[in-house]
Amino acid sequence: MQVPAPFEYERATSVDHAIALMERLGDEARLVAGGHSLIPMMKLRLATPEYLIDINDLASELGYIRVEGDEVRIGAMTRHRELLESNDLAAVLPIFRDAEKVIADPVVRNRGTLGGSLCQADPSEDLSAVCDAIGASCVIRGRSGERVVSMHDFHRGPYETAVADGEMLTEVRVPIRPHSGSAYHKVERRAGDWAVASAGAAVTMDGDVIADGRVGLCAVGPNLTNIEPISAALSGQAPSEDLYATVGQIAADNATPSTDTRGTAAYKTHLAKELTIRSLRKAVARATGQE
Amino acid sequence: MEVTMSVNGDDVSQEIEPRTLLVHFIRDHLGLTGTHWGCDTSNCGTCVVWVDDEPVKSCTTLAAMASGHDVRTVEGMEVDGVLDPVQEGFIQCHGLQCGFCTPGMMLTARALLDRNPDPTDGEIREAISGQICRCTGYSTIVRSIQWAAAKERETPVEVGAS
Repeated sequence: MQVPAPFEYERATSVDHAIALMERLGDEARLVAGGHSLIPMMKLRLATPEYLIDINDLASELGYIRVEGDEVRIGAMTRHRELLESNDLAAVLPIFRDAEKVIADPVVRNRGTLGGSLCQADPSEDLSAVCDAIGASCVIRGRSGERVVSMHDFHRGPYETAVADGEMLTEVRVPIRPHSGSAYHKVERRAGDWAVASAGAAVTMDGDVIADGRVGLCAVGPNLTNIEPISAALSGQAPSEDLYATVGQIAADNATPSTDTRGTAAYKTHLAKELTIRSLRKAVARATGQE
Repeated sequence: MEVTMSVNGDDVSQEIEPRTLLVHFIRDHLGLTGTHWGCDTSNCGTCVVWVDDEPVKSCTTLAAMASGHDVRTVEGMEVDGVLDPVQEGFIQCHGLQCGFCTPGMMLTARALLDRNPDPTDGEIREAISGQICRCTGYSTIVRSIQWAAAKERETPVEVGAS
């Protein structure tokens, strides 16, 4: 039987309350949202917090998807199912629906949250790659107020984020640009599994050329946010199969996967290239109204 | 700590360790062993129960997190001696052999039909993709759920009653 080590349980009723609890309980306190990353780690005793602060009562305060003007704001407690089912979100950022269809399974998606996924910062976690590709920024709140950091600055590395003790992620903001498209492709061994590898792409067109393009990779290295050579290679170029192949190769060159039960390093490197190509192709098709 | 919740419509209140998982609370503290304890890693889905009308994996939920909420287990599907159409469907279409995955399968199916009374086979397979059955090959489970859906379309019943 897997059971977590003993801890004290607290329940927060608001963001301010959660922050006050974290401040009072110190650095041995952890927030739990959906719990589908943290509780398994606690059951394996990989995480042994002394205090667990349940923030599920914040679902009304932090569970929202607001498409406003040139920005989408998504609350950190928005659950996977809500991200999957939101037509408003799919209309402006179809990459979310692409990814959510293949994140875990429907029952897990009832509980898991956007904020929990990003704060877990697992290198095989899909939404970090999604948020990287679309140039999201993260709103972090603490006692002294709010700060906004780019996804690149947020994701420090495996299981490490910019969220400090006493702080919490409250919102993710994504710019909406006209003539943009985004897409996500993942290869998994079986339904609901972690990615063998995956890639997300987002592009903004300026006439016939790509004004701005980004690719986020998942499960092929410890920290793959903001791969600048990819953005540089896409900028100002007309979309073509040759361009996608070039960029796919850059993705493969930046990938540093490990051989494990999900596949060999060579296979994952191949996937990094191929999934980058497919995601770019689809993102451009969406940006240019061909899909 | 003390947890208080409604389980199949009955209010329960117990003193537990905060680390008690919901599946063990339901089985060991309340004696409702219809909820099964399987892989312990949120993969197999036999521990699925409803918390506030949504299926969740109770091996990956703390009992404390369910405090103050409405929990429904497989024991709550039958009402006043009348089986839920999903339960009937599993009988009629041989939706189980060993029965280990059945409680989770049926609760997930019930949630699906409450949201989508006329699902395609593909939608059913997607809905139960977080549950594992090693006996049936899933075909008879899909058929069982379709049987329940067809019955409810012919004779509308009050769904979600507990």
